[in-house]
Amino acid sequence: MKRTFLGEFEEVVLLVVAACTEDAYGVIIWEQLQEQTGRSITISAVHATLYRLEEKGYLSSQMGGATAERGGRRKRFFTVTALGSRALLEIQEMRQRLWQAIPQGKLQLIGQ
Amino acid sequence: MKPNPSPPRWLDKLLNWLVAPHLREEVLGDIHERYTLRMQRLGERRARQTYWREVLAYVRPRFIRRKPNQYPNPSHTDMLRNYLKIAWRNLTKNKAFSTINIGGLAVGMAVAMLIGLWIHDELSFNNYHQNYGRIAQVRERGIREDGRRYSNTSLPYPLATELKTSYQRFFKHILIANDPEEHILTADQTKLTETGRFIEAGAPEMLTLTMLKGTWAGLQDPHSILLSASTAQALFGNADPMGKHVKINTDMDARVTGVYEDFPHNTEFNGIKFLAPFVLWTSVNPWVKEQQWNNWFLSVYVQLQPGIDFDQVSALIKDIELNKIRNLEGAQKQVASQPQIALLPMSRWHLYGNYYEDDKGPVQMVWLIGLIGAFVLLLACINFMNLSTARSMKRAKEVGIRKAVGSLRGQLVGQFFSESFLVVGLAFVASVLLIHFSLPWFNDIAAKQLTFRWTNLYFWLAGLGFILLTGFVAGSYPAFYLSSFQPVKVLKGTLNSGRLVATPRKLLIVLQFTVSVTLITGTLIVYRQIQHAKNRPIGYDKAGLLLVKQKTADFKGKHELLRSELKNTGVVFDMAESRSSTTGITMWNGGFSRRGTGITCPNGCGTLPVSTEYGQTVGWQFVAGRDFNRAYSSDSAGFIINESFAKLLSLNNRTRTGKETAASLVGETVTWSPGSREARTYTILGVVNDMVALSPYESAIPTVFFLEDNYNWINIKLNPQVSAAEALPKIEAVFKRLIPTVPFDYKFADQEYGAKFAAEERIGKLASVFAFLAILISCLGLFGLASFMAEQRTKEIGIRKVLGASVLNLWGLLSKDFVVLVLIAFLLATPLAYYAMSDWLQKYEYRTELSWWIFAASGAGALLITLLTVSFQSIRAALMNPVKSLRTE
Repeated sequence: MKRTFLGEFEEVVLLVVAACTEDAYGVIIWEQLQEQTGRSITISAVHATLYRLEEKGYLSSQMGGATAERGGRRKRFFTVTALGSRALLEIQEMRQRLWQAIPQGKLQLIGQ
Repeated sequence: MKPNPSPPRWLDKLLNWLVAPHLREEVLGDIHERYTLRMQRLGERRARQTYWREVLAYVRPRFIRRKPNQYPNPSHTDMLRNYLKIAWRNLTKNKAFSTINIGGLAVGMAVAMLIGLWIHDELSFNNYHQNYGRIAQVRERGIREDGRRYSNTSLPYPLATELKTSYQRFFKHILIANDPEEHILTADQTKLTETGRFIEAGAPEMLTLTMLKGTWAGLQDPHSILLSASTAQALFGNADPMGKHVKINTDMDARVTGVYEDFPHNTEFNGIKFLAPFVLWTSVNPWVKEQQWNNWFLSVYVQLQPGIDFDQVSALIKDIELNKIRNLEGAQKQVASQPQIALLPMSRWHLYGNYYEDDKGPVQMVWLIGLIGAFVLLLACINFMNLSTARSMKRAKEVGIRKAVGSLRGQLVGQFFSESFLVVGLAFVASVLLIHFSLPWFNDIAAKQLTFRWTNLYFWLAGLGFILLTGFVAGSYPAFYLSSFQPVKVLKGTLNSGRLVATPRKLLIVLQFTVSVTLITGTLIVYRQIQHAKNRPIGYDKAGLLLVKQKTADFKGKHELLRSELKNTGVVFDMAESRSSTTGITMWNGGFSRRGTGITCPNGCGTLPVSTEYGQTVGWQFVAGRDFNRAYSSDSAGFIINESFAKLLSLNNRTRTGKETAASLVGETVTWSPGSREARTYTILGVVNDMVALSPYESAIPTVFFLEDNYNWINIKLNPQVSAAEALPKIEAVFKRLIPTVPFDYKFADQEYGAKFAAEERIGKLASVFAFLAILISCLGLFGLASFMAEQRTKEIGIRKVLGASVLNLWGLLSKDFVVLVLIAFLLATPLAYYAMSDWLQKYEYRTELSWWIFAASGAGALLITLLTVSFQSIRAALMNPVKSLRTE
């Protein structure tokens, strides 16, 4: 199977959705992202990435949970699909392999 | 808790409008939630500030792009096939309607295409020549004494030489040519009379003749001749004509150096059957090169050098004539007309090449015919729309059900368009067949040689465009109107089919009949005008009058012999010679004076030499005085004048008081001293009725007749007791015997005179054809609508009949609506036709009046046709058995 390319920001968003303890939707994901990365991110960028990930098949979603502060509008809850989890695992494995392949002492040398 | 203050409304609206519908809810929900959070943490002001920045960040394609339709267009054509099937069923279910619809549209399209072909022919005139864009004719423009601007193609000889000596650098070719004229071509024993021109050697190259034999250099030799293919065939049969000897008239010898393809019908040079070198002509006509600025008789054609445009050269050569004649003795009159030399590009020859510069006749004709074509097509389209909307009630249920089972509006529009295209496609096929069969007949009345371009790709592309356009125009109303029905209303049967729906249909009928009535009135007036001019007294008797042109010098000195021989045959009443034929004036002069007072001829007077028995031969009608008589030798100094000339004389008479009658002028003397001949005094012997020599629509030309042996025509009056078929062989025998070198060619005066009406008769015929078609198409539409109305009111009629309405009552009820519409159309058409036709009549000096009865007649005619059309349906409906009509469901 040809793997769909996953961008860095996409990967982070996917990880955040996976790491969420409660139901993940736009605002929560955005807050987590801000917290974890420390970057300033617009919510429209988060939305755009979420939809793109859904199109690629890494996320699935359903509607629900309207609240007053949303003007009675429902939220879209995102969950990681099997394809999404496999993609995350593969990335992690690949990184692992690369980390292990680094010759001893080299990283320190570069670091200095 | 107090309700959360909401973020700015207008931003929400913007976002709502911007973001795709399937994303709106969650996006708006999320940013509202964030707004509420921010407000709690940072206060309302900061929250608002960040809010609109956040909103703006949604302006990107991902959010704006709408979700694709859940039910995408099928890749297969099930639904299209269904549309076509339903369309076909609808067509065959109502055969009468379908025939009217398709037939009407086909006629309209055929007319539009015929007219398209005609206009194409008019606009592509002369582009047979490859140098089309670089060729021009030199013209002299100026102002006549009567104030009208003219543009003359006949030029003086010195102008041509001046162009050649001083302006050659601008031109690739400067070619002098004489006017097209009939000549006798003799090869061995074969004699032919053919029209040809003498032109300079560059002509074949400039005109890019298609040479079948020989080359473009064929006219270099002074004793050469180029023949058209048809002439070569007629002279030599299938033998090779190259190098053969041909005698032109009796005095010019030439060898055939080439054969060119005949000029096609839509070229200016069409009918020129041979070309010979100009030098050959001047070698036997040495007078040509002696002519000065006061004799206009040559044509000059030029081809520009590349990179030079017409206006540029026109500006340079503008004054060359004026500069030469300005100080010339006796040329004041010529200077007064401000002659200017200009180039007329070949593309403008046909439509803008009139002698009178302000006469836009040919161009207007193209516009007018084009307009009529567009109108006839429009009428046909209106019919289609009208019938389709009228039938919309029947289809309304279908639309309702289609919508209820999930048809989108776009699909319904597509359905009606596909139906429309089907009908238009059928109509197109029918119209192509129609054109194929009517083209020879159309060519006949339009005097054209149009061909249907079966193999021309552009024609078929144009045809396709035509189908699309007509299909769109004709189908748009039903497509958009029918698809707008609300299914609930339609299926419940509460669709508003009241006045509002009927109004556009009525408007369309009024428009149709306005056009039709205008065309009928116009046609009637054109015919009236032709009849009026035909009934004009022509001043001589054209019946049994034979005209023979003296083409060569062989006729000279044989007058008495010819006359006595012809009279001896017993079939000839009399014979006389004259300078011009009865249907033309070929000698114009001025310079008359009486008792020292000059007599001005506004546009020149006709001065025509005749032989003594001319009056007897043509049947002059004397107002006063007597005819020439052989018994009086003094008649050689006598004038016979026509009434117009008599009027000029009395107008110019300032020495006497009181009005002169024609009778009192007899015996008066007139001095005539044109520049070209010696002054002489003539006695007026008689005054004759005006003869219509030129246009029957213009006032007669003041003319004097006198005895002088300077003739070009022989007039022969046949014995009224003998038929022409019997007389002609005997006359021919006499000519063969006395003048064996010339083939016997003759014309009948009445046919020649009749030819003067050809242009108007053509307009009349075309107009009547179009008027007929317009009426036919309008009636088809009316018929369809009337039958539909009758059908719709079946129940109403049944109930009325049961309650005791008579057939007459019902007929009136059903016909009334249409009669009112036609009356409105008549009221609109009358002023339209009045203005258009009084404008058209203005260009004729001798014209009929626009009497009220013409308008009344065409109105009554239209009304009658309407009643006939509508009555067929309404009487049928009125006669129907109410039991049957009330049972129908």
